Amino acid sequence: MSFTSPAFVLFLAVLAVLYFVVPRRAQWPVLLAGSLVFYLFAGVELLGFLVFTIVTVYAAGRILGRWQERQKAWLRENKDAAREDKKAYKAAVQRKSRAVLGLTLALNFGMLFFCKAALLEPLKGYLSGSRVEFLSLGLPMGISFYLFQSMGYLIDVYRGTVPCETNLGRLALFSSYFPQLVQGPISKYSALAQELYKPHRFDAARVHMGIQRILWGYFKKLVIADRIAAAVVTLKGDGYTGAWFFLLTLFYAVQIYGDFTGGIDITLGVSQILGIPLAENFNHPFLSKNIAEYWRRWHISLGEWMKDYIFYPISVSKPMRSLSKSARRTLGDKVGRKLPVYVASFATWFVTGLWHGLEAHYLVWGMMNCVVIVASEELEPLYARFHAKFPSLKQRRLYGAFEIVRMFVLMNLIRASDLFSSVGTYFSRMFSLVTVWNVGELFGGGLLELGLNAGDYVLLALALGVVFAVCRASLRAPVRESLQSASPWLRYSATAALLVAVLLFGVYGQGYDASSFIYNQF
Amino acid sequence: MEQLIAILTEIHDDVDYQSCTTLVDDGVLDSFDIVTLISEISDTFDVTIPPSAIVPENFNSAAALWTLIQELEE
Amino acid sequence: MKKKCIAAVTVSLVTLLVLAALTRLVMPKYMGSETEGALIAEYYDETTDHQVIFIGDCEIYENISPISIWLESGVTSFLRGCPQQTIWQSYYLLEETLNTETPDVVVFNVLSMKYDTPESTGAAEQREAYNRIALDGMRWSASKWNSILASMLDSESMLDYLFPLLRYHSRITELSSDDFTYFWSTDSVSYSGYYMRVDTLPTTEAQVSAKYASQIEPSSYEFGESSWLYLEKMRELCEEKGVTLILMKAPSVSEIWYDEWDTQIADYAAAHGLAYFNFLTMSDETGVDLYNDTYDGGLHLNCTGAEKMGTWFGRYFAELGLEDRRDIEPYATVWAEKTEIYDQAKAAQYAALSE
Repeated sequence: MSFTSPAFVLFLAVLAVLYFVVPRRAQWPVLLAGSLVFYLFAGVELLGFLVFTIVTVYAAGRILGRWQERQKAWLRENKDAAREDKKAYKAAVQRKSRAVLGLTLALNFGMLFFCKAALLEPLKGYLSGSRVEFLSLGLPMGISFYLFQSMGYLIDVYRGTVPCETNLGRLALFSSYFPQLVQGPISKYSALAQELYKPHRFDAARVHMGIQRILWGYFKKLVIADRIAAAVVTLKGDGYTGAWFFLLTLFYAVQIYGDFTGGIDITLGVSQILGIPLAENFNHPFLSKNIAEYWRRWHISLGEWMKDYIFYPISVSKPMRSLSKSARRTLGDKVGRKLPVYVASFATWFVTGLWHGLEAHYLVWGMMNCVVIVASEELEPLYARFHAKFPSLKQRRLYGAFEIVRMFVLMNLIRASDLFSSVGTYFSRMFSLVTVWNVGELFGGGLLELGLNAGDYVLLALALGVVFAVCRASLRAPVRESLQSASPWLRYSATAALLVAVLLFGVYGQGYDASSFIYNQF
Repeated sequence: MEQLIAILTEIHDDVDYQSCTTLVDDGVLDSFDIVTLISEISDTFDVTIPPSAIVPENFNSAAALWTLIQELEE
Repeated sequence: MKKKCIAAVTVSLVTLLVLAALTRLVMPKYMGSETEGALIAEYYDETTDHQVIFIGDCEIYENISPISIWLESGVTSFLRGCPQQTIWQSYYLLEETLNTETPDVVVFNVLSMKYDTPESTGAAEQREAYNRIALDGMRWSASKWNSILASMLDSESMLDYLFPLLRYHSRITELSSDDFTYFWSTDSVSYSGYYMRVDTLPTTEAQVSAKYASQIEPSSYEFGESSWLYLEKMRELCEEKGVTLILMKAPSVSEIWYDEWDTQIADYAAAHGLAYFNFLTMSDETGVDLYNDTYDGGLHLNCTGAEKMGTWFGRYFAELGLEDRRDIEPYATVWAEKTEIYDQAKAAQYAALSE
C-alpha cells in the first residue's frame, strides 16, 4: 500500500475515523491494529521479520530493565558497602547487560544484513541453491527504519536514559507506527513513545493542517519527482556524458528531494492528523554551506541515530582514547586529537553506506562523504588563512551563495552514485565532466529527447518555482502556521488549489507508470 | 570552570562561552569539536563521559557542561 | 464559526466545479481522428425509438447502413457498437438499451465470442484504451457499473471510471485545440451508429487464404465459458422483454472465422430457435462483393457494401412483418433529415476521394 495509492487514502480515512470515535484509552490499540494492517498489505510473510524484532527487543528490554531495578535495590540495601564492592556489582550487571544487548543487536542486524544480502543477485543465486525460499521476497518493507528505531530504544534502555517498556503492545506500536514504516523518520523513544500512548482529541484545524501537509508531499512527490524521473532514467543510460551527466545530477537532486522530502511531508501530515507530532527530517538541506551542516539538515533522524549510536560511542570509547593518547605521543598532538574522530567518521559512513544497501556503490557513496568531511577538516587551516587575507569575503551575500551552490553541486555529484550499479560507470561519467565538452548538445533540442516534452518542462519549472517560493517564505515564518491565522477563505483555497494541482499535474495512474518512492528499498 | 572555559576557547576562540546557551543548537560545536572536547575533559578532570551523556542539553552551554562534569565526578 | 463554514462549503463547491471542468477538458474528444471513440454516446442524441437494435463490434458499426434499411423498408434501426466491443460490453449495452426502449428485433454479431476474458483480447494498453471507448461514452447506470466490473483489467480501477480525471490527467501537457473546440459539445460522427467510409481497398482470395494459413491454430475451437454465459444472458433478456434475437456474422473475409466456430453458433441458434445468418456465405443474396466492397482489404465493408447489407436487412425486416414507418410521424421527418445528412456526408467523402 504505497502512500500515493487510493487504497492508502481510504485506509487513512477509515483509521482516522476509528481513532477519533473509540474511547480515548483504546486509541493506541487502534493505532497498533492499523499499523499491523498496513504492514500486512505488504505481505503476511514479511510480518514475521517485524514480529521477530518486536519480540526480541521487548524481551531484551524487560531483562535489562529488571537488572537495573535489581541493581538499584541492591545499591539501596548496601548503601554502606565499600566503593569497590559497588563498582564490582555494577560491572557485573553491566557485563550481563552488554551481553544481552549485544546478542539482540547481533540477531536483528544479522537479519537485516541477511535480507539486504538477499537482494544481491550473485549471492541470491548462490543461496537459492540452499533452499532459502523467502529470499525471493526481497527486502521487508521499511526494515531499515523500524529496526534502527527499535535498536535505538534498546540501546537507550541499556544506557538507562529511558525506562524499559513493560507493555508488549505499546512497544509493538512504537516499533511499527505505520506513517514512518515506509521511509522514516527514525524516531527516538524518548520523543515519540509517550505521544503515541497519549489520548488525542479530534481537532479540525489540526486535521486540516495535516491534510495540507500530505497534499504538499503529494505535490513534491507526484508533480515534481515522478515527472522528472523519466529524464533521470534516460540520462542514466549509455552515452550521456559530460554536460549530460551534470544535468543528470541536477535532475536527480530534484527527484530525490521531491521524493524523499515529499514522502516525509506525507508521513508528518498523517501523524499530525492523528495528533502525534514527529520530528522534522529535513531543514532546507540545499541551503547548507558545508557538509557537516548538510548532514544536520538532510535526513536528520538518520544522522542523529548514527551520531548517537555509532559516531560518539566509537570516538569516546576507551580503546579509541588510548589509541589517541599513543598517537599523540608518537605522531604529535594534532594527529592524536583527530585520529578518534576520523576513525569514528569512517565507521559511521561505512555503516551509513551499508544502511542504504550492500551494493558497492552505496559504500563508495558513504566513503566519498567521509572523504569530503575529512578533507574539509584538514583544509580548515587553509581556509582560515584565506579568509584572514580577505576578511570581508565571508560577509558578502554572493560568497554565501557560492558556498551554497558549491555544496549543492558537490553533494549531488556524490549522490548520483545511487544511479549506477557499477561504480566504474559512475566514475567514468564523473571524469567525462572534465574530458567531454558538450554543453552545446543540451541546446539543440536534445532536452526534448529525454522523455519530457516542452509541457513537462514548463510544468516542472512552475512547480519548482512554487516549492522555492514556499521554502523562502518558510525561512521567515512557518507557512502553514501563518496560513492558519489567515482568513478561512485563503486557508481553504490553498488546500483546494493543492488538491487540484496534485490531481491534475501529478504523475500517477494509467496515464503514467507511477514509480514507487525511491527510499522504499532502503 | 576556568579550566573548562580554557578548553572551550582552545576549540573556538571567537565565542562568548559565559553567555552562549545554544552551542550545539546553533552549530557552534560540531560533532568533531564535541569529541575533542570530551577527550580534553576526560584528561583534565579524570571523568568518563558516557555516550548516553552526549546530548545537546549537556553541551549547549559551558554551565551545563560544568554541571555534567561535577555530576560525573561524584 | 459561521464564516468558516460558509468559506469551507463555497471553496468545496468551486473546487468540484473546477475539477468537473478540468475532467471535461482532459477527456479525449475523439473528433477528427479516432472518431470511433465517440460512437457509444451517439445513441443518447436519438429523438425517436427504433424497431431494430444492432449490437456488436466493428463488424456492426462499419458494415450496415441503417439509412438503406429505412429506404428499403421504412424500418427504424440503430447500431450500438464500438471498436473491439467484447461480448460482456455488448450484453450490458443491450441491457441499457432495453431499459430505455423495446425494439422488435435485436441483431447480435457473434465475432466477439472468440474472446473469453479481458486479458485474452490482446495487449493490455490496447485493451484499456478500447475499454475506455466502450465505457466512457455510456451514461451512468447499473448497466455501466456492471459493464466496467466485467471489462476491467487488473491494472484498471473503478475509481478511474468514476473520476475520469484520474485516468486522463496525463493529457494536460498534450492538449490540442480540439480539446477546447469541443469542450461543450462534440460533432456527430455516425449515421445512426454507422461509421461511413466510401473508399475502396480490395483484397483477393489468395491474400485471405494466406492470412488463414499464417494463423497459429487455437488450442481449442470451443468458445469460452463466459462467452457462452453472456450469449445466454442476452438471449434470456430478449426473451424476457419479448424481443426477437437474431445472430449474425458479418461478411468480413479478412477477420478469421473458423468453420468450427460457425458450427457452434449454428447449433446454438438451432437449439434455441434463433435465426443465424453467416453473411460470409450469403453473397448471392446480399450482393456484397467480399473482396471489393471493402475499404481496408476485407476487414470492414465500405459504404457500397454496407448499403447492400442495409438493403438486404430492409427486405428481411419487411418479410418479418416489421411496421413500415415511412408515412408515420415523427419518424418520417426525423429519418428524412437523417437521410439528407447521410447523403451530404457521402457526397462529401466521394468528392474528397476524387480530389
